[in-house]
Amino acid sequence: MLVGRRIPDAPSGGSTRNPSYSDKLTSFWARRYNRNIEDGKGSATRMKRLLAFVLVVVVMFAVMGVTTPGLLDKTKLGLDLKGGFEILYEAQPIVEGGTITRDALRQTAKSLEKRANQNGVGEPEVTPEGKTRIRVKIAGVADEGKLRDLMKRPANLEFRSADGCASATDYCKVELRGDEFVENAAKVEFDTLHNPLVAIKVKDKAKLAEISTRLVQKRLAIMLDGELITDPVVQVPLTDGSAVIEGQETVEKANNLRDIINLGALPLKLTEKYTQSVGATLGQKSLEETALAGAIASVLILVFMLAFYRAPGFIAVICMIIYVWMLLGVFWLMGATLTLPGIAAFILGIGIAVDANIITDERIKEELRSGKTLNSALRSGSKNSLRTIIDAHVTTAIAGVVLFYMGQGSVKGFAVVLIWSIVINIVTNVIFTRILLHMLVQSGHFAKPWYFGVRESDIRAL
Amino acid sequence: MRSEYNSSKFDFVKSSKKFFIISIVVTVIGIVSLAIHGLNYGIDFQSGTSVDVTLSKAVDKETTEQFLKTQELGEHTLTTAPNRLTIRFKEALDDVQEKAFRANFSAQIDDQAEYEVNIVDADIAVEQQRNALIGMLVACLGIVIYMSIRFEWRFGLAAVIGLAHDAFIVISIFSIFQWQVNLPFIVAVLTIIGYSVNDTVVIFDRIRENMRFAKLKTPADVVLLVNRSVWQTLTRSINTVVTVLAGAICLFIFGSESIRLFSLAMVIGLFVGAYSSIFISSPLWLIFRGDSVPKRRAKAAS
Repeated sequence: MLVGRRIPDAPSGGSTRNPSYSDKLTSFWARRYNRNIEDGKGSATRMKRLLAFVLVVVVMFAVMGVTTPGLLDKTKLGLDLKGGFEILYEAQPIVEGGTITRDALRQTAKSLEKRANQNGVGEPEVTPEGKTRIRVKIAGVADEGKLRDLMKRPANLEFRSADGCASATDYCKVELRGDEFVENAAKVEFDTLHNPLVAIKVKDKAKLAEISTRLVQKRLAIMLDGELITDPVVQVPLTDGSAVIEGQETVEKANNLRDIINLGALPLKLTEKYTQSVGATLGQKSLEETALAGAIASVLILVFMLAFYRAPGFIAVICMIIYVWMLLGVFWLMGATLTLPGIAAFILGIGIAVDANIITDERIKEELRSGKTLNSALRSGSKNSLRTIIDAHVTTAIAGVVLFYMGQGSVKGFAVVLIWSIVINIVTNVIFTRILLHMLVQSGHFAKPWYFGVRESDIRAL
Repeated sequence: MRSEYNSSKFDFVKSSKKFFIISIVVTVIGIVSLAIHGLNYGIDFQSGTSVDVTLSKAVDKETTEQFLKTQELGEHTLTTAPNRLTIRFKEALDDVQEKAFRANFSAQIDDQAEYEVNIVDADIAVEQQRNALIGMLVACLGIVIYMSIRFEWRFGLAAVIGLAHDAFIVISIFSIFQWQVNLPFIVAVLTIIGYSVNDTVVIFDRIRENMRFAKLKTPADVVLLVNRSVWQTLTRSINTVVTVLAGAICLFIFGSESIRLFSLAMVIGLFVGAYSSIFISSPLWLIFRGDSVPKRRAKAAS
């Protein structure tokens, strides 16, 4: 493996072999054993400790076994694993010279989400980005073309009445359109009883006067993209070009209505700036291939750990399985979506987990070789390796955090998984590993250096 | 493996000159290649459209070229693999053109075809390129600051030269072979930086620890200390790189097409990262430190 020459082991000056080490070790345990016998507990205590260890492991695995199918089922897959599309829209006001407000962008995003939902798309992800952009991610969609056409349509705000329609709630006559309102003039105000209401202004006073006179005591429906938002009753004729809409149950609803009207007055035009679209079976194939790669890699790594580190390797294997399970759990709790870069980060996270274990186990081996007893080798090995592991984790986390804040789209997805892997790694492969290892050693059943991958001939005198 | 260093074992410090030369040569080749070919930017960093078509039957290149000619979608390049076509249009198609293309391809060539389409507008491409570069620099800076706080500036500097070396070699290799560079490549380079630092930290941590107890009287003592530290952590370095490489190689061989280049970058980067921590960063620290035999650094590790 090494580049360069390596001279076969010559009797080395630095270390003297000490054949009596194993005797010493056994005598250490023998003494303890004898003492325990004298105390009347002896092998029963050791058995209890081993049982406690086995119990903890079995319970963990039972919990994982029961919950994993559900977790896997609930893990949301991204569009690259399921098929679907991602579009980054640049928003521009349709009217020349208009500016885009934050509220308008948020409202546009909301209405995009609503449109996708109305078309039976499960959980579309729509997020405003920066000042003028909206990112839409939709996984698992049947007719992509139709949905994309739908998304691009500007928001359509109408005030309608039932004048001359079939029934009093069938609002078929369009009275006012979004662009007939004064831009950004809708405001939330409060009446004397401190109830929220929305004040609006139209461009054409005469038109509003005519409509409101005709519709006194009748309803005027406010509709966005053909969907009824609210239908207040016109109380009096409105002659000065402004009106207030009462009956807002909460401030939040009033704010929402204000944003809708302002957006309707200044609809945004959306242009596709970045598009990624993946066919459904293609996504499925990617998922299968990548999952297979992950499974093979995991098995290889687990076998390696078992063969090389034995008892601590066994514990590493347990902890790495718990790590994967916990990561899935975090995904579920956060409602995060698993994407291809996410899986890559997942597998790299396993690499980091292995490294944490290797550093610990290698250190324990070293301490054992230096002639320490198992207990003190374990203690100093855990302690000395901890600092290294934390330094290593923090540096990787720095890269992760930078990626998270600077990256977009797939890079961000990668960063989220990387950061969570590091956090969970510290819980499982640093803390939990140490607890389990301690329990196992305390049981006294694995006292021989062989269980730690150390040759007795390599052990030096203290 | 016996991890204690003695004079019969490989001397990392003494051989470092050879490795410096190797690294410098590769770096120079990289600079030349970057100056001549540059990088083969993929769709994410260069505006345009890339269409990956997975076919259900064999379609020969000629047919596809004929078809593309009739579509009149501007300049394009076509690469074919068994059951897979990749078409790269210079222009960013709009959604109407894209829809028409798909409909026509399905109707005329393969009605079972599956598409993966990426369209990137020019200003987004420039922006992504800039963001990627800034991201890398900020990450490096963060790492140097952390290392300087935890260790001392010489360790930080040596580690950063090591990671810059790793990132640059991976970028050079991608330039030499003209493999496509997309957003996932940037992710790979950043992960490599993370791993490389990780590797270096483990060795530096050991050097620092050994310095607490060492009585350094002559420059030779410091050299011995570095060699001992590298040897003590060697099993760990090898085992970690072997396991993580196993993961990356599995992704490369069995993983899906769309992350193949990502995995390839990872494989190269992991290898280079392990190499640089052992053969470049540690001897570099020694050089920065100079020949001085310090006053006892009692508080070096606190």
